[in-house]
Amino acid sequence: MSDKPKFDLGKIITESQIYKSMFRHGYSTSERDRALSVMTNVFFHLHPVKVRKSGARFGFTWCAGGLSFFVFLTLVVSGILLMFYYRPTVEHAYNDIMALREHVPFGIMRELHRWGAHAMIITVWLHMFRVFMTGSYKPPREFNWVIGVILLVLTMLLSFTGYLLPWDQLAMWAITVGSNMARATPFLGHEGPGAALLALGDIQLVHSGSDVRFALLGGRFVGAGALLRFYILHCVAIPTAVVILMSVHFWRIRKDGGISGPL
Amino acid sequence: MIDIFKNFVNAISSPVVIFSAATAVFALFVTFPRQATSKPVSLAVLIGALAFFGLGLTDKHFRSIVFMPDNVPIVGLIFIFGYFTWYAMRKAVINDMRVERGEPTVEQTETNEKVLVFPYLIFIEFVTALAYAVILVLWSIFLKAPLEEPANPTVSPNPSKAPWYFLGLQEMLVYFDPWIAGVLLPTLIILGLCAIPYIDRDPSGSGYYSFKGRKAVIVTYLFGFWILWTLLVIMGTFLRGPNWNFFGPFEAWDAHKVVPLLNVNLSELIFIKWLGIGLPKQWFIREAPGILLTALYLAVPPLILARTKLKEVYKKLGPARYQIMVFLLLMMLSLPIKMYLRWAFNLKYIVAIPEFFFNI
Repeated sequence: MSDKPKFDLGKIITESQIYKSMFRHGYSTSERDRALSVMTNVFFHLHPVKVRKSGARFGFTWCAGGLSFFVFLTLVVSGILLMFYYRPTVEHAYNDIMALREHVPFGIMRELHRWGAHAMIITVWLHMFRVFMTGSYKPPREFNWVIGVILLVLTMLLSFTGYLLPWDQLAMWAITVGSNMARATPFLGHEGPGAALLALGDIQLVHSGSDVRFALLGGRFVGAGALLRFYILHCVAIPTAVVILMSVHFWRIRKDGGISGPL
Repeated sequence: MIDIFKNFVNAISSPVVIFSAATAVFALFVTFPRQATSKPVSLAVLIGALAFFGLGLTDKHFRSIVFMPDNVPIVGLIFIFGYFTWYAMRKAVINDMRVERGEPTVEQTETNEKVLVFPYLIFIEFVTALAYAVILVLWSIFLKAPLEEPANPTVSPNPSKAPWYFLGLQEMLVYFDPWIAGVLLPTLIILGLCAIPYIDRDPSGSGYYSFKGRKAVIVTYLFGFWILWTLLVIMGTFLRGPNWNFFGPFEAWDAHKVVPLLNVNLSELIFIKWLGIGLPKQWFIREAPGILLTALYLAVPPLILARTKLKEVYKKLGPARYQIMVFLLLMMLSLPIKMYLRWAFNLKYIVAIPEFFFNI
């Protein structure tokens, strides 16, 4: 049995003339080459060359953080494609979404974006859950945990601002319910405790036309102003903040000693 | 047979029953983690959950709610989080047992070994990304994104719900005014999460799954995560119907369901029901008992606990960290306390000063 030559498909392929004509030299597996493939690649270079074996395990990290990043990238790509077809105005927004649905055969770009947004919230929650359960927020990683919490909030705000854009009943009333809370902000919302105290004589400083809700919606109710503001927050402002904080987040992982491991 | 089961579930479903039952299950889970994560128990729970879900799918109403496009991720979330909570606890239990026997934890056995990122870590990331991409594409092909009627400010749907990840906050609106449920508590959740590493600074439990050594911290976090957040999201999504009324999982959403509102304020309870003298005119006399109670709630427990149960913690943290920790914990507990006060006494506000929109 043992002296019988083994059937090795990989060998047959890599030694064939066709393969050799395409790839001039073999696939090197020396440590040096593997280290170089991380160091000479700007994307892989986010990682160190070597990591703790315990930290590299899927069972330890659940890959939830890396997956969150990947989901974010898919959302950027699908979001950019959607932006080509969407105009954030009251007269066009709904019809543009409708056109995406009706005129594109097998179109799933909006689905990829919407379900991806839901998935990102789940993966980010999961990542936080994992980091907590392994005690990875402890010193020296405490500030990176704080950045993570801010990223979590921004993820939910990204999803929240995107929720309005289809401009259907679901979108408009979900945002109405959500933004009504801002009316009750202490001092800054016109129905919030203490807002009535902010007055110059008889003139109320905080009223429905000057409170935080007005600032968020660009109006007294969810209308054209809110649609434009949410569009810009969703496509430009919050993603910019997220990208900056993500860079810090990733950079800090390495500066704080890599994926956490036991002492 | 199935109908009897459904009617039974509907009959016992109410916020107080579900919240109490979930808290009881949670208490069992963290008290007996070894038994709770053992194979027979976890299999039984999984089969029970799947059976309930499968049985539920035979019900038209249950099906319509569960398969509402935006609700599908929450169904997934229940199973995903359930699984990973089990998984993390299982690893923690195994590590705790190893430590008890004097062995190193699983992570410790290979922490000094290093592997090359390429190919070992990149491979894991690549496969995870690929699996996610496949799932997302299939999900997108088989489930269309919802698109309702064009936005119309004059027709408000009933119920009007916020996006699902904010439904925990919307559920809190039942028990608190918007300035607490929508502004104060979310702010405290964010600040509280940020404060965790500055309160729990002991680096010994870092980098591996464990439970015994970090019991108080993990129980607090899991209680907040599962009971005060995820459970409320689930209730807000699946069990709150028109007018934000509560419905059982197999109960049709009847927009005309009449629920009597009998809620009373603490001041009314004290001055009208107990003292029988009518409400005082000035708000500061009327609300004095409630303000006093709130002040005592925030001031007395930290003082007592610092000398008794949390003496060691106080010594370790110092006055400032200790005070912040206890304040955050008390604010966290104020939610279940207010919920039970509502269920037990129909209590609306402990302090009610509508003159300043200040109601607690």
